[in-house]
Amino acid sequence: MVRVASETLNSRVPEGPIQELWDKHRFNMKLVNPANKRKFSVIVVGTGLAGGAAAASLAELGYHVKSFCYQDSPRRAHSIAAQGGINAAKNYPNDGDSIWRLFYDTVKGGDYRAREANVYRLAQVSNSIIDQCVAQGVPFAREYGGTLANRSFGGAQVSRTFYCRGQTGQQLLLGAYQSLMRQVETGKVELFTRREMLELVVVDGLARGIVVRNMTTGQLETHTADAVVLCTGGYGNVYYLSTNAKGCNVTAAWRCHRRGAYFGNPCYTQIHPTCIPVSGDYQSKLTLMSESLRNDGRVWVPKDNHDTRPPAQIPDDERDYYLERRYPSFGNLVPRDVASRAAKERCDAGYGVGETRLAVYLDFRDAIKRDGEDAVRKKYGNLFHMYEKITAENPYKVPMKIYPAVHYTMGGLWVDYNLMSNLPGLFVLGEANFSDHGANRLGASALMQGLSDGYFVIPYTIGDHLAKATLPAVPEDHPACVEAKQAAESRINKLLAVQGSRTVDSFHRELGGIMWDHCGMARNKAGLEKAIGQIRELRDQFWKDVRVLGSGESLNSSLEKAGRVADFLEFGELMCVDALHREESCGGHFREEHQTSEGEAKRNDAEFSYVAAWEFNGVGEEATLHKEELNFPNVPPTTRSYK
Amino acid sequence: MSSDLLNLTLRIWRQAGPDSPGAFRNYTLNGVSTHMSFLEMLDVLNEQLIESGEEPVEFDHDCREGICGMCSLMINGQAHGPDNATTTCQLHMRRFKTGDTIVIEPWRATAFPVVRDLVVDRSAFDRIIQAGGYVSVNTGNAPDGNAIPVPGRVQEVAMDAAACIGCGACVAACKNASAMLFVSAKVSQLAVLPQGKAERGERVLNMVAKMDDEGFGHCTNTNECEAACPAEISVSNIARLNREFVRASVVTGG
Repeated sequence: MVRVASETLNSRVPEGPIQELWDKHRFNMKLVNPANKRKFSVIVVGTGLAGGAAAASLAELGYHVKSFCYQDSPRRAHSIAAQGGINAAKNYPNDGDSIWRLFYDTVKGGDYRAREANVYRLAQVSNSIIDQCVAQGVPFAREYGGTLANRSFGGAQVSRTFYCRGQTGQQLLLGAYQSLMRQVETGKVELFTRREMLELVVVDGLARGIVVRNMTTGQLETHTADAVVLCTGGYGNVYYLSTNAKGCNVTAAWRCHRRGAYFGNPCYTQIHPTCIPVSGDYQSKLTLMSESLRNDGRVWVPKDNHDTRPPAQIPDDERDYYLERRYPSFGNLVPRDVASRAAKERCDAGYGVGETRLAVYLDFRDAIKRDGEDAVRKKYGNLFHMYEKITAENPYKVPMKIYPAVHYTMGGLWVDYNLMSNLPGLFVLGEANFSDHGANRLGASALMQGLSDGYFVIPYTIGDHLAKATLPAVPEDHPACVEAKQAAESRINKLLAVQGSRTVDSFHRELGGIMWDHCGMARNKAGLEKAIGQIRELRDQFWKDVRVLGSGESLNSSLEKAGRVADFLEFGELMCVDALHREESCGGHFREEHQTSEGEAKRNDAEFSYVAAWEFNGVGEEATLHKEELNFPNVPPTTRSYK
Repeated sequence: MSSDLLNLTLRIWRQAGPDSPGAFRNYTLNGVSTHMSFLEMLDVLNEQLIESGEEPVEFDHDCREGICGMCSLMINGQAHGPDNATTTCQLHMRRFKTGDTIVIEPWRATAFPVVRDLVVDRSAFDRIIQAGGYVSVNTGNAPDGNAIPVPGRVQEVAMDAAACIGCGACVAACKNASAMLFVSAKVSQLAVLPQGKAERGERVLNMVAKMDDEGFGHCTNTNECEAACPAEISVSNIARLNREFVRASVVTGG
């Protein structure tokens, strides 16, 4: 049984019609006058879309900002790898889009597990994001006449996605990065690269600073400020293999969780349907092929599971276009969770293709026939090029082979309407928070959320906190700072002292296997219980037998990885606990016990229409569950159907 | 997709820190699958080194899908290795033969000092962007995205230039360690777009001054940069930078 807190969590969403909430709230929030802003300092951890946008925007307002990233430059944050696009409710194509429709699609796409008020605000500010990025010089695709172009994406029947070839994330991030560097030049932002956050400093119940390791010198540094904004991305690398960058990790969020911040819905992970399949044990990461490919590519497997002919020789009537068969109205454009499960279903039933039989075809034959190879190249050239680099197969001639892979995590630290965690002064933006995507994220919505949080939400909400809180100066030798620094130091020393026999990667790979097998695309009670036992055992073994060479006083990537894997080994257990307690299927969380006779997810709104926010009680100790009730007065829950 | 196995000799630059002397060390690595990426091959080497008690080879990498620009490496004297338009992380071992000796070095440039082994400090690039590689527009100031039409062909030129991943291969490949391709890509993107026009003069002057300051060499039009560039940035951007520079130098007020 789960230990449940008696009081429900307060999301601090104001009362009133949903269209007016954000306006009203902006009016009701306290302001910091321009002259006073320069007296406040803010720490922003992470320089992706959320962090880069937040740091730049806060500095423009006059706050003193300290910006941190683990990469050698803020331009390399993993937002850069987002390919397909960014949604906005501009309705430029005149095809029936509106703020309300984007809001509706996102709430429905999230399988009714997101907070309505946040999603509405996201849809509202989506248009300003496009304007801002255009003004920064982001080269969005254009029509011949010079107006902005749009394309379709999964989970929507309107064309609302803005894009820069297959490099939308890169261009949006460079826009934010350039704004950030402009503020570095003005002196309003102090930039700290190659720094990894290892601890949060909490003083009198308020988040007031962080401890970071300088990854070049190994030195631990304490930085204090009036508020801490965490923009540290998702935790998909708990699976070892994912589409995340190798450095993505849960450490910053987990360290805050250990200091009291609740972790919301950790079991909600997104398995992306179109990734290049695994090829061997040495595999270090998985590569995503943008969802936009499903606009023109058709997904199929042979109807006969013994059919080993090359795909081009299999005639149409012997192909099973299973998405078009099962979901005639959305076809190949069903949302990600649905497409992933359908691929798994075919492969599990023995219809998979390729050497491993864990792949399905994504075929462009018909699009090439219809529009010509040049038209297809113009839209997807860089993706086809990347596919060929990795697989040595030419997708203009042979269908791509794809399989689902871990891509995005909807769960994250719990935040209220102001994007503040339950720990006052700690704000969490972008993928690192839990808030806007519910149990499943629609394509082209992650970029929208990161930039919305960074450009258009935090600049307002942080002022309210700073204006109201009592914030005496925190010197670096404050007992809370000293304690946090010592905690970080002793962990590093502990990792170096084990001197065992197994490499960090071998533990990480083993953890990833456990998570993928039991807490991946399909989950069940027995598997999750087994996984929890295995993770605990692996964690014990890690602390007895991990081998980290070298010292803490220099660049030491083994040590960096060891710290991250140690946290994944604690966090993975919480994911399984969350998945085990949620006795329903919703979005990316599919419990085999809860499905319809057709194999579709079966939600349980009566019992599980809430956010599960977990409170840390110690490693290996049972976490306490805090519930935030979810209500849907504007988009009444229905069974999500894409048929 | 059957895989062949390669036996390789790796000749790798090892350097303990910025001020330590560096040297090549030879390693033997057997049974390398041709499906592996180059960095996965180095992962396997590092696992073996750790098991044998030797500190692993440090190298920069992150996204491993060719877009973040973090990975570097001179491979047999070529920035990002032998393939065109390919980052090190996207280079695959099927490009090599069993028995090969592969020489792996860091980027070599005064402006990119070695941090450790194959890791270099490329923060000079950030400081060049800081000097002017942006449009000065605060959040909230923007007009509607469609207010200023941008003809498709202008947008295409801007996008071609904007594709730069900031990896530094252009500098590493250049015998003068010039950063002209990198700088010209940003200057071009923002000079051709209407949104960047207001600051185009100041921008090019400031960025070029910063580039010189950081210790990058001069451009002598050998075009090695273009050949090495994984994002296929064209040297025509350098020509545009030169025009922008001259224009800004003679036109009063930029």
